[in-house]
Amino acid sequence: MRILTERMEAHPADSHTLERYRATDGYSALSKAFGMAPEDIIEAVKTSSIRGRGGAGFPTGVKWGFLPPDRFPRYLVVNGDESEPGTFKDRQLMERDPHQLLEGIIISSFALGVSQAFIYVRGEYPKSARRVQAAIDEAYAAGLLGADILGSGFGLDVTLHLGAGAYICGEETALLNSLEGRRGEPRIKPPFPAVEGLYAKPTIVNNIETLSNVPWIVNNGGVAYGMIGPDGSSGTRMFSLSGHVAKPGNYEVVMGMSWREFIFDIGGGIRDGRQLKAWIPGGASAPWFTPDLLDMPVTIDDAGKSNSMLGSGAIIIMDDRTCVVQAAHRIVKFFSHESCGQCTPCREGTTWLEMVLDRIEHGQGRSMDLDLLLDISDNISPGLRWPPAMTTICPLGPSATAPIVSIMTHFKDEVGSHVHEGRCPLG
Amino acid sequence: MCTRGGAPLADQVAFSVDGRQMEADSGELLIEACEDNGVYIPRFCWHKRMKPVGMCRMCLVEVEGPRGVALVPSCTTRIAPDMVVHTASDTVKKAQEGVLEFLLINHPLDCPVCDRAGECPLQDQTMAYGPGESRFVEEKRHYTKPIPISDLVMLDRERCILCARCTRFSDEISGDPLIEFIDRGNGTQVLTFTDEPFASYFSGNTVEICPVGALTAVPYRFKARPWDLEAVESSCSDCSVGCRVSVQASQNEILRINGVDSDPVNHGWLCDKGRFAFEATTSEARLDAPLVRDHSGDLMIADWTTALDAAAERLGALGVGEIAGLGGARSTNEEAFAFGKFLRAVADTPHLDCQLGEGLDPQFVVGVTPRATIDDLDTAGAILLWGPDLKEELPVLYLRVRRAATELGIPLVVVHPRRTGLDDVAAHKLAYRPGEGLDVLASIAGGNGAIGELLAKGSVVALIGRTGLSEDQQLAESVGAFVRDLPEGKLMPLVRRSNTYGALDMGVAPTLLPGRTSVRSPEARAALEEHWGPIPERAGSGALGILEGLVAGTIKGLVLLGSDPVSDFGDPGLAARALGAAEVVIALDTFASPSVEMADVVFPVLGFAEVEGTVTNLEGRVQKVNQLIPGPGSSRAAWEVIEDLARRMGSSLGFTSAAGISAEIAAIAPAYSGISWERLSVGKDRVGVVVPAEEGSQPLVHIPVAGSATRAPDGLALHLARVLYDGGLRVGLSPSLARLAPTAAAYLNPTDAAKMKLDESMRVRASTNGTSADLPVRLDASLAQGTIYIPYQLADTVGLTATPTITIEAV
Repeated sequence: MRILTERMEAHPADSHTLERYRATDGYSALSKAFGMAPEDIIEAVKTSSIRGRGGAGFPTGVKWGFLPPDRFPRYLVVNGDESEPGTFKDRQLMERDPHQLLEGIIISSFALGVSQAFIYVRGEYPKSARRVQAAIDEAYAAGLLGADILGSGFGLDVTLHLGAGAYICGEETALLNSLEGRRGEPRIKPPFPAVEGLYAKPTIVNNIETLSNVPWIVNNGGVAYGMIGPDGSSGTRMFSLSGHVAKPGNYEVVMGMSWREFIFDIGGGIRDGRQLKAWIPGGASAPWFTPDLLDMPVTIDDAGKSNSMLGSGAIIIMDDRTCVVQAAHRIVKFFSHESCGQCTPCREGTTWLEMVLDRIEHGQGRSMDLDLLLDISDNISPGLRWPPAMTTICPLGPSATAPIVSIMTHFKDEVGSHVHEGRCPLG
Repeated sequence: MCTRGGAPLADQVAFSVDGRQMEADSGELLIEACEDNGVYIPRFCWHKRMKPVGMCRMCLVEVEGPRGVALVPSCTTRIAPDMVVHTASDTVKKAQEGVLEFLLINHPLDCPVCDRAGECPLQDQTMAYGPGESRFVEEKRHYTKPIPISDLVMLDRERCILCARCTRFSDEISGDPLIEFIDRGNGTQVLTFTDEPFASYFSGNTVEICPVGALTAVPYRFKARPWDLEAVESSCSDCSVGCRVSVQASQNEILRINGVDSDPVNHGWLCDKGRFAFEATTSEARLDAPLVRDHSGDLMIADWTTALDAAAERLGALGVGEIAGLGGARSTNEEAFAFGKFLRAVADTPHLDCQLGEGLDPQFVVGVTPRATIDDLDTAGAILLWGPDLKEELPVLYLRVRRAATELGIPLVVVHPRRTGLDDVAAHKLAYRPGEGLDVLASIAGGNGAIGELLAKGSVVALIGRTGLSEDQQLAESVGAFVRDLPEGKLMPLVRRSNTYGALDMGVAPTLLPGRTSVRSPEARAALEEHWGPIPERAGSGALGILEGLVAGTIKGLVLLGSDPVSDFGDPGLAARALGAAEVVIALDTFASPSVEMADVVFPVLGFAEVEGTVTNLEGRVQKVNQLIPGPGSSRAAWEVIEDLARRMGSSLGFTSAAGISAEIAAIAPAYSGISWERLSVGKDRVGVVVPAEEGSQPLVHIPVAGSATRAPDGLALHLARVLYDGGLRVGLSPSLARLAPTAAAYLNPTDAAKMKLDESMRVRASTNGTSADLPVRLDASLAQGTIYIPYQLADTVGLTATPTITIEAV
């Protein structure tokens, strides 16, 4: 079953245009929504049990409920700063079906009492930005944005903002700082954005994919959406499959199948006939899974119970030729590079981890480095438990410890060989 | 409702820390609540005068919550009822060790050559909470070190621990965000913007609050080890705000001045002039021996006996009312009191003044009520600033007003002929042409317009002074009368020179007797004569009358106490003629000023940090100043010189110590009853006591009358106003500050300039009262039309007369 990608599959040449969108039932949900009471739309989203598709998986309807009543203006900020390594699903939704997103934004704004929405698009996504901006322009021209949309009396302006290349701006409060023209640094919470967000006003920050589901929910009802997939993981979900897999790409699926089915049936198995060594189930921040978990269902809650997460829906496959030290080093290096620099443990600790891994990878490891890696990690994320505890403001620093814990848990011998033999046992 | 000091008591909540029950105000930050209860939580980024950012993570503690125990930063967590806090659990200790190890991995540990070593929070907290050893074997971060970020401050980015104290200070507190973080993550660094130095009047504060040696002050670098410094607490003498300072010296030389956090005054902050102008103390121009003018007209070094005899003889030869005294506004209260007593009771003259025509009517300054304290700013309904640009003249008061307007959200109205440092935080700004103040006042007082409406709501704290030296002081009186009629209006008259308020309170004014009494009050005069013997009945002349009297020959002798009329009087030409015409000029001073150079007998006196005493700031706060170092050469305390002169002239003042003078002040100056050195030296009154300290001891109540103020002439009106780094002696003799004085210019509204066919490539000759200055033209759209602004007392503008009338011609 498909909700988000049906149109783009059927009409690859012009699914991004208003003409095609309208010809395929587009903006019908908007007309329907204008006939509904805003609170009924919010109720439908709550009933759908849809959980945020940006990474944290927080129930969208509950988040909307945090808006303090009677405080205006309030803003809707759409998070299109898709930067988690391995994630590329929002890009496809922005490039190939921007009107679906816009319709979700207009309906959500109507429901939430928002008259100004912002779409924050990752700076390295120029095509996404062009397509979304073109859709915004078309929508204004067609009376779908601006004052008195479709004669409803409701008005909405949408502004697109392009990021400047910082991963941390995908964190919602850093994103708000960036939108305000400040350094992209996460804010201390509370206050949460719903209470004090953009320009200190109540603000809802939602992911691209999350909002793209809203038209379907309005057209078909929250109950219908909630019926799709297992409890706690309702609806379809976009996964970005990459790495050593035969058929990498974006897949919209109903959750609940096993990882084995996902990787081997949908993904076509491991590339070049190799063996599966490990996979990252939810983006670079997620602790790794190993083949003993292949028969576990792909759901948000099952992943959580196994001390990891579906996160942003990025599944990265590693085959048996993968050097885990090199893989962990690359991921830690990413987080070190993307640390905003506010918190001491993240700023200093991620760089230190990167340096130690770099030494181990280049045969300069010392036996004490194995404990050191874990203890540095522990000083960033005390207890190294899941969900992670933090000595930092945001989870970026603790995310950098995920690959360390993963390799030290599942591949300790392999890491040890790097240290004791001064080289990678895989050659 | 329970109250404390009249204010409602905040809700007290109980919480527990490490098993101990404690109480704190509901909503107080955990780190403060713990400290108030004797539990110190280590920290780097948190500073009680700035907004918390929770960045360094040193102050992590464990708090029990519904979802278990969590590590939280105590600087961003607020106390909630029944909160259970652990500050020394194994988890907390591990986090503290972890943060310190992280901070040290890239710290250069160049402590042996670091100014901060010995008083370094990073050192101290590593000692107390650190892991003892580092496991870091990689290469540390490297930057060019140090780099100058201004003429006063050097930045060592290797030492920096990125706590954001300096960047927050410059943004939140001083309002000149010239330093910021650039880059991110491990590459984050503090830096200035391209081609924009950290040219802040408050830059020294960032050095003081830096928790490591990343920021160092050029005047102090490598001068001392902290453990070799001796220190006393005192009050700054560079303006009338009276910031509390710690004066620090080694081997009898002041090497550093730091701020002391005085809650009612400066919150720990200082301006860079107050912080660095101590350099003048050791300048070549410092007087260190008495001088007597010899037969050939040269000032020659003399011994004290010779000099005192000469001075007493020449003053003694003059008749009743032929002596006048100027000065005392840079002295302690005790010195000013001795000066006034000498002039009235020994020299038998009514002619004395501590101001040089640049201030306000003495009656208005000491007598206007209801009086505002600096703290009143924080609870005002609105603040009206109609006076000098505080950033240039009273810098730390500028910080307090800025805080009230930003952090506390109190609407601020600024009325000034030109842009001021507070315009960007003002709710309303009115620029007007000097000389048209009464019209502006009339329109505001009419209650029309946003400003009128705002002020009419009442609870206005009004800071009232002259916007520039060329403005008629009567205008302040009229503004005062307006504010006094507003509901709950309070006033603070603004005069700049450090102890003007104290000297006026000591009666160094033609119309005032000590303790805020009037010379016209027979009761006050009689009460004083019981102690002093007979004094002149009438009010004498102020500075202008004294100088005119000297020129006319009705006054023949002049005694100067730390006063330099030739430089500082609004009409310098008149002052020079007056000193030239005087039969005798006696100068007591610390520096060889232009006036001192015209004196017949010169006595070197002790200055800042060289004497003990009291001073009174612009809110009437009496504070203790203390002695740390001896003066140069044979300098003596001014009161001793005055006492010696008096004895030689036949009647002792009865003073044998400054403390003794203080006791006499408390005994006979009504507003100062109850004030003693002891009281000001211990306990809560160390921050000073606002006089009148006792109910009913404000004997003089001056009711300002809305009256006349001179109107400006047609054509251009001169706005002559001070800049912080001027060409005066204090700045000029402090090498670190002298080079910061700006270039003088004539500032014109662009429309006026266009009419006169002037542009910035041209120079003009500006002439006032016969003196002129050649100045480059600068365009300044913040000026009202018809106004020309010229900075006062820069090298190129010395000599211009402070009058609204000015002519300019292109040269």
